[in-house]
Amino acid sequence: MLLLLPIALILALVGALFAWVGGWIGTHDLTPQKMMDLAQSSGKQQPGFRRAHSKGICFDGTFAPTPEAAKLSTARAFSQSSIAVIGRFSASSNNPYAPDGASPVRGMAVQLKTDDGQDWRIAMNSFPFFAASTPQAFQQMNEAGTPDPATGKPDPGKMQALLAAHPEIAAFQAWAKNAPRSDSLGNTQFNGVNAFRLTDGQGVDRMVRWSMRPRTTFVAMSAEQLKAADVNFLATDLDRRLAGGPLVWDMVLQIAAPGDPITDPSKAWPETRQQVAIGTLTLVHAEPQANGPCRDLNFDPLILPTGIAASDDPVLHARSAAYSVSFNRREREISVQNGSAR
Amino acid sequence: MNRPRHFNLLARLLHWAMALAIFSMLFIGAAMVVSLRYRDALLALHRPLGIAILLLAIVRLINRLARPVPPLPVDLPPIQKFAAHASHWLLYGLMLAMPLIGWAMLSAGGYPITMFGGVHLPAILPHSPVIYGWLRPLHGVLAYLLFLTILGHLGAALFHAWVRRDEVFAQMAEGEPK
Repeated sequence: MLLLLPIALILALVGALFAWVGGWIGTHDLTPQKMMDLAQSSGKQQPGFRRAHSKGICFDGTFAPTPEAAKLSTARAFSQSSIAVIGRFSASSNNPYAPDGASPVRGMAVQLKTDDGQDWRIAMNSFPFFAASTPQAFQQMNEAGTPDPATGKPDPGKMQALLAAHPEIAAFQAWAKNAPRSDSLGNTQFNGVNAFRLTDGQGVDRMVRWSMRPRTTFVAMSAEQLKAADVNFLATDLDRRLAGGPLVWDMVLQIAAPGDPITDPSKAWPETRQQVAIGTLTLVHAEPQANGPCRDLNFDPLILPTGIAASDDPVLHARSAAYSVSFNRREREISVQNGSAR
Repeated sequence: MNRPRHFNLLARLLHWAMALAIFSMLFIGAAMVVSLRYRDALLALHRPLGIAILLLAIVRLINRLARPVPPLPVDLPPIQKFAAHASHWLLYGLMLAMPLIGWAMLSAGGYPITMFGGVHLPAILPHSPVIYGWLRPLHGVLAYLLFLTILGHLGAALFHAWVRRDEVFAQMAEGEPK
């Protein structure tokens, strides 16, 4: 019977190892759960909505690659002549009813399903570079921005210390404060600030970042105009423009040169890098997300077809992990609310 | 029907190969849901490994039902006999159910069910947030149940080998005695 002891010990060890791997015991680095806990505990989170970029509009249209595209990647999306697209425009906060004029960041997400059964999901934003170089710094930035329970205001000392350690956050804050904002989603440029690896038919790899550049001319709004604008002026504008015809974006790749910061999305690559237009996105129809086809899609940027692979950018991987947690939580909420988000 | 003294070679091969596969699968699953960096890499292993386990579990179930199995020791107390039978059928149920729930859950979540390269499996359920919202937590809860059942199974196997010193462990570990 003395041998019961080693048996108990073995079981306890295996159990403890599993609990540690699963994050139940021990100190863990930042997890996607912790990121989403912080996201949903601040602002005006509503059940059934995304933990960030909660306000959104679904759209659909088509993507048509240029002949140049097929030379860069074996992905079917780079050669199939026309591909049906489902997408989503978003505003950056977790308040699904936030006024459009208050959002410094706009998002565009796209799903391309090609005829070989593969799926490519793209998540882009109107900023030209990401707020922080790592998910840890991004989390610290959000923590520093939450009100101190004692004073009801964010602790300025925290933010100063963070900015000293992460000057890229200051650069982002300057962009958010000063960059002119346009009067329409249709003339907004969206950038996928993370790098990806394209593999062509000869097996040659290229590191790239992509953008959607609008064909519609940029028209800036003043701070006063943004403040005075209707809560949903972007949706109203989108419907008005689409009633008159489709909206078109050129998808443009920037190809990295040796030494470019592949893994740091807070650093834009020089404007002089080789650029290739790989396709056009034609948007024909938009509808509210409440019952639209984009609501229950996770625009996970690591759902990629063969011929496109992730870079080692830690923010890219963290986005995929965080979106998954956000998706699981909101779909669960929708589930217990019998299919609706509110 | 003459009962063999040990499990047949196919049963033993499947048992040990699947023990390794399912153990890896549980650890991959537990790690990937909390990983900020390796979720995609672990998920890329998790999906095809799960389907492999499903296929092996079907072969194993057929072999289990078609072939006679060695008896439990005659002096084993009834409560332990019951626990042995119940836990084995629970293990069979879970190793079939877990991959199916995973597959169904990805279908309901509107996810591609990527195996390797460009190979995909078809969806087995419609895209539905209501179904996904139930299946995703179920997949997690049953994974922990499966882990606990395997832990109990491991403990019982070692109990037979080291404490009772009966034939049960050798029935799965060794071939038919000469």
